[in-house]
Amino acid sequence: MTAVTHEHDAPYQPVFVGERRKELDALFPLYPTKMACILPALWMVQEDRGWVSDEGIAEVALVLELTPAYVKGVVTFYTMYNQHPVGKYLMQVCTTTPCNICGAEDVVRALLERTGCSDLGVTSPDGLFTVIEVECLGACGFATPVMINEEVVESVTAARVPEIVAGLK
Amino acid sequence: MGYPHPSHAGETPVLSQYFGDREAITLDGWRKRGGYNGLQKALSMSPSEIVDVVKASGLRGRGGAGFPTGIKWSFMKPGDGKPHYLCCNADESEPGTFKDREIMRWTPHALVEGCAIGAYAIGAETAYIYIRGEFTEPLARMRAAVREAYDAGILGKNAMGTGKRIDIVIHKGAGAYICGEETAMMNSIEGRRGNPRIKPPFPAVSGVFAQPTTINNVETLVAVPHIIVRGAEWYKGLSLSSPKSTGSKLFSVCGNIAKPGNYEVTLGFSFKDFLYDLCGGPLPGRKFKAIIPGGISVPIQTMEEAEATKMDYEGFVEQGSMLGSGGVIVFDDQQNMVKQIARAARFFAHESCAQCTQCREGTAWTTKIMERIRDGEGTAEDLDTLFSIADNMTGKTICVLSDSCAVPVVSGINKFRSEFEALIKKPTFHPVTAAVA
Repeated sequence: MTAVTHEHDAPYQPVFVGERRKELDALFPLYPTKMACILPALWMVQEDRGWVSDEGIAEVALVLELTPAYVKGVVTFYTMYNQHPVGKYLMQVCTTTPCNICGAEDVVRALLERTGCSDLGVTSPDGLFTVIEVECLGACGFATPVMINEEVVESVTAARVPEIVAGLK
Repeated sequence: MGYPHPSHAGETPVLSQYFGDREAITLDGWRKRGGYNGLQKALSMSPSEIVDVVKASGLRGRGGAGFPTGIKWSFMKPGDGKPHYLCCNADESEPGTFKDREIMRWTPHALVEGCAIGAYAIGAETAYIYIRGEFTEPLARMRAAVREAYDAGILGKNAMGTGKRIDIVIHKGAGAYICGEETAMMNSIEGRRGNPRIKPPFPAVSGVFAQPTTINNVETLVAVPHIIVRGAEWYKGLSLSSPKSTGSKLFSVCGNIAKPGNYEVTLGFSFKDFLYDLCGGPLPGRKFKAIIPGGISVPIQTMEEAEATKMDYEGFVEQGSMLGSGGVIVFDDQQNMVKQIARAARFFAHESCAQCTQCREGTAWTTKIMERIRDGEGTAEDLDTLFSIADNMTGKTICVLSDSCAVPVVSGINKFRSEFEALIKKPTFHPVTAAVA
């Protein structure tokens, strides 16, 4: 599992320099407009910084020749761009109907208890975990899937939660 | 095959034959299994010949709407001097559906091949595959497969040495159910908020980047190489009930059932045999209560309806529902339908793009009222209010997300009314009396 550090107060370091800049430039010929690279560019910001800050939005706007307001409009539409810093491990639990009938709510409760998070979306005091509910991860036959950063853990039950959380600590 | 379960004799594994087979993921392994023979053959045909074969096969869109694929392709006018685009819809987000995920995880080259044939058939040089952001593993496999295909000269400016240009670009979504709606997806690819567009203009006239565009589901496209290799007659022969429903179809099965997973059957298969035989029936000591057979946007079926269903586009409609995306959600006697319908409504309220008033307000109020009933706070006229809201949400918006929210509520109240009434203990609410009190 990839771990990303989240420096909340550190001065913003530009993302699109060196290799990242080359990676972005390589995307331009794939689309007829630069604007079409907005989702990939925001992904790069999030991969490198852990979340998409206003500074990150401004940088994406600059490199794609858009306004920060426009980029912010796009960011706020999509749920996967973190608009706030999150814990080292972001745990997204699917609680939509198919998982709900298989006990997803118990998984959420167990995760909150084990990670020490006081509520959904609130990072644990040790900065390690943020637990959120997510709408349908598209793995309904493997209820309940929990997405931990980039990895989807299938068939999670409340009973498996202590072992999963302990494995990350 | 019923991945992750062993294949069942009742299945027709065409698309799912290699699920669980790690070797099939790689280009070499895929070639050993007959991979890219379909593309090779297709590139020796003219685009209109391919469209005719697909038309004759009777293949219909597997994403939910069931539109005939060959006819959709024929809307793309050759020689109009504009760049054409193919968009592959891999934004599988319909609750209950997880078939495209397995197709991309186990047979990524099948999708590369299907996209390449589709692009060539509609005169496109570029195909965008829009994969939802949560699908990290399918994304990695698809990216690897596309890279392998470029390195092997299957894709690129001289695809398979024919001098034809076929490019495939993987576009990663970022978490939005609505981007599975084709016009919202095109907006998302263009770098916009994923708001659906008003039709017309239809995508074949003005689609992504305002150019003629065709959007096909993953499962639709992976069926195409098989049709090209084995012929339209073979595919048409795969049909057990209605002649308008041909071929095999993947059904994702989840919820309260013994063996959840993906199963591929010939269209027209008995739903009763499917549920009790292939999927192993209910969990020990429990009984099935209700089924949502095509993803959460289709009407709920009672067990009598479900057991009488022939699994094809027409069969599900005859029994009060729709085939949709083939995501079968099974509820057993331990489930409270009010709670689950309220959860379904919350899903739609969360995913509404909020463009249309009927949807933005309707999904939110439906959720509030459903949750109030669930919590024992409902009043006698709440059900009528829900019907009235549902009426205002149906057929009045840019896309069908609004209609989809109304569907489980209306069918749920109609078919499981006693469960709602059991939770409504409060008398009818009179504003005047309430104000005086």
